[in-house]
Amino acid sequence: MTKVTMTVNGKTVSGEVEGRTLLVSFLRETLHLTGTHVGCDTSQCGACVVHVNGKAVKSCALFAQEAADADVRTIEGMANADGSLSVIQQAFQDHHGLQCGFCTPGMVMSTAALLAENPKPTETEVRHYLEGNLCRCTGYHNIVKAVLAASGQDMDQIAAE
Amino acid sequence: MPKDHGVGASSKRREDIRFLTGRGRYTDDVNQFGQTYAVFARSDVAHANIRSIDTSAAEAMPGVVAIFTGEDFKDVGGNPAGWLINSRNGEPMREPKRPVLAHGKVRHVGDAYAAVIAETYAQARDAVEAIVVDFEELPALVDMAASLADTTVRVHDELPDNQCFDWGWIEDNRTKVDEAIRNAPHVTTLHLVNNRLVPNAMEPRASIGEYDPGTGDYKLTTTSQNPHLTRLLVAAFVMGIPEHKLTVIAPDVGGGFGSKIYHYGEEALVLAAARKLGRPVKWTAERNESFLTDAHGRDHVTKIELACEKDGTFIAFRTETMANVGAYLSNFSTATPTFLHGTLMAGNYKVPNVYVNVKAVFTNTAPVDAYRGAGRPEATYSLERVIDKAARELGIDPVAIRRMNFIQPDQFPYTTPVGLQYDVGNYDATMDKLLEISDAAGFEARRAEAASRGMLRGLGINSYIEACGIAPSHLVGQLGARVGLFDAATVRVNATGNISVMTGAHSHGQGHETAFAQVVAGMLGIPEASVDIVHGDTSKIPFGMGSYGSRSLAVCGSAIVKATDKIIAKAKKIAAHMLEASDGDIELKDGRFSVAGTDKGLDWGAVCLSAYVPHNYPLTELEPGLEETAFYDPANFTYPSGAYACEVEVDPDTGKVKICSFAAADDFGNIVNPMIVDGQVHGGIGQGIGQALLEAAAYDDMGQLVSGSFMDYAMPRADDLPFYQVDHSCQTPCTHNPLGVKGCGEAGAIGSPPAVVNAVIDALQRGGMAHVTHIDMPLSPARVWAAMQG
Ligand code: FES
Ligand code: FES
Repeated sequence: MTKVTMTVNGKTVSGEVEGRTLLVSFLRETLHLTGTHVGCDTSQCGACVVHVNGKAVKSCALFAQEAADADVRTIEGMANADGSLSVIQQAFQDHHGLQCGFCTPGMVMSTAALLAENPKPTETEVRHYLEGNLCRCTGYHNIVKAVLAASGQDMDQIAAE
Repeated sequence: MPKDHGVGASSKRREDIRFLTGRGRYTDDVNQFGQTYAVFARSDVAHANIRSIDTSAAEAMPGVVAIFTGEDFKDVGGNPAGWLINSRNGEPMREPKRPVLAHGKVRHVGDAYAAVIAETYAQARDAVEAIVVDFEELPALVDMAASLADTTVRVHDELPDNQCFDWGWIEDNRTKVDEAIRNAPHVTTLHLVNNRLVPNAMEPRASIGEYDPGTGDYKLTTTSQNPHLTRLLVAAFVMGIPEHKLTVIAPDVGGGFGSKIYHYGEEALVLAAARKLGRPVKWTAERNESFLTDAHGRDHVTKIELACEKDGTFIAFRTETMANVGAYLSNFSTATPTFLHGTLMAGNYKVPNVYVNVKAVFTNTAPVDAYRGAGRPEATYSLERVIDKAARELGIDPVAIRRMNFIQPDQFPYTTPVGLQYDVGNYDATMDKLLEISDAAGFEARRAEAASRGMLRGLGINSYIEACGIAPSHLVGQLGARVGLFDAATVRVNATGNISVMTGAHSHGQGHETAFAQVVAGMLGIPEASVDIVHGDTSKIPFGMGSYGSRSLAVCGSAIVKATDKIIAKAKKIAAHMLEASDGDIELKDGRFSVAGTDKGLDWGAVCLSAYVPHNYPLTELEPGLEETAFYDPANFTYPSGAYACEVEVDPDTGKVKICSFAAADDFGNIVNPMIVDGQVHGGIGQGIGQALLEAAAYDDMGQLVSGSFMDYAMPRADDLPFYQVDHSCQTPCTHNPLGVKGCGEAGAIGSPPAVVNAVIDALQRGGMAHVTHIDMPLSPARVWAAMQG
């Protein structure tokens, strides 16, 4: 067991981990931040996406020790300081961009990373960027709408309904 | 103006707040004090006798507290089939035992034969690797026709022909249908495969078993669409523990699509292990286990014939299907290819002769059961594909041939030759709406433009009908169901006037917490925020059957309406007493009781308070309190219907299909929350397009699932799919439930696969490839390209 320390959602945290402990397990099991989900075992689904030093990362594809001293942000750290929904979160609610909610944390984290890189993406760019995030519920329609709306684009012009 | 409150309003979903902030609580998010972890040893071969299992090395591993094998469960019950199907010769279906852990034999890759319980997940996982199993490998049966023909290899030793049943529907129609087809001026025949799918809800299954030795109480936290049904199955049938000593909790559940209806052996295992150890036992599936062990969907091999007049008037449909049930019967797997499929084989059409034969076949593959749509997608796909083929053969427009055979609005209630009575519908209306929203008139111009780019553009259009609101108990009882399919609700009005509604429905993405609150708040005229929906915990909710078959609003919602009606009736009596009026004169409007024709009145809250502080209360006539329970058993199924259109472009060089647009015009009757209904249709279409173009659970000859991970199984991704045009303004309200609703959860997955395939065939035909009349799903570039080459 090795001690690992990192910043998660602005707080310094540490814990004992095995070499094989994944970042997602450290977040969920040690820190009890269960908003980050595990949807697969092949790093394909994106339910586990978090930000590590500002970059979207699949936390099932990283050992906890690899994130030592890093600045990590999870879905629990995405709301506004007063607890209200952030612009992205609000857009997902307004446009019904989630159903069961299981893919949602990963979708929100990926969206935040996309909009940081590309503040006004096209529909095609959104769909391409979200390729690594699977959703079985929504058929993606309202997720893509929510992302475009979160970028401040006029939804009526873009999606049919 | 769209409504902003109550029924008809697109109220934003209240459950989104917790899901968007990471505060959802799914089963794997739950940990109990003193918890241990279960990991299963699963067969890596499809078919083998178990000669021996040596667990001694595993037992000695660090952290291991117990190991179970099939031997430990050989005396408990099997996981039962929920429907009895009788074969054409009158014999009951064959029901081999489905054990908690495989005993004597493993029958599919992934079949669990042992489980390790350890202090940590990692220790359990390590120890499973140390279990030594000696298999005597047997040939694997994968292909259905081969399974039926082979009498030497048997999935279950006691079943010589690997057949579960040979069912005819309706057997009395058979001779008449044969004769009609023999004498018909035109017969179109189509052989097709409805491809096997893996449901792949994004949340893998998970279960936590607990046992309290002090009280003898068990608790199961599990990923279920129907906690009461799971409780009944695990307690009464498998474990033999008293139902009242088991609580089943299905907290937030990350999608189900059918796969989480069923009771699975892992649930019994964690309970048995918890009892033995006196400690909580948790199991969470890896995705690999979901692929191998969640009940798969579809998997039919079908021949369908359509007999018609030269002018396109339908005379008869005859269907012969082989339906794969996999290695064991799952809880609804015998109902899915029969009563959810055969009864729909008249479609939206006035056709006098229909006969369906279904042979259900055991194979060395994962069990197959209801997956979004369940039987109805199979029916719709067969019908709407063969109709398209017939239209082409007869030179009739595909929309025209459907319209000329549609059951007309004045013909309802309409009794089909396959045992259903459709209560209401208007199929031309949804077809009209579809042609409008899909701009079908502009197709030719779009096709010409695509052709100028060298692309083959095609348009596919079809209708669908489904039977939802599952189900009238008296009817399904006659059809072999071993359960009732009513539902129940309790409405508890608290002293301060806010409300908890306990429902038998379970929400795993459908937004019940919002939509059901809209219904109750609308009836009472109080804010939606004053109504909470409680679901998923058998210790809190009345005995209801859960959510599947697009039943939640139609059946559970109706129970909620009935219970709320009782609340209103009682509250009016209380108000009448307080206002010194007769209860017949009391009106409830906008949350206020008033005496008709006067200005005397009382607010909702004052009446509720009086029920719990009964100082001025009609105690001689009424009990205190304000809480009512209602059970609702539907009189009939509901019949959502509609018309779907898909436009595709096929790249002639590669066979790659691109979905250019997709439109759906549905008739769901009345709508409670249009935003949620849109979302349900979107999701269904996404899965339907996935089936049509991408997805296949493919087993090789050895019974290995070759598409057993997200790397090999092509899930639809955001850039595979377009925006959809969705409309539900055509509304013929259901005639027999109080809300006039029909259900919308499965339509998208039912109506969309034939639209996609019809569009691809249309593109190739228009591109001059007259020889391509059918391609089996999924329409991968390789398959399309091969078909084009002839
Ligand atoms: S859990 Fe699926 S990508 Fe990480
Ligand atoms: S909302 Fe259920 S998987 Fe995306």
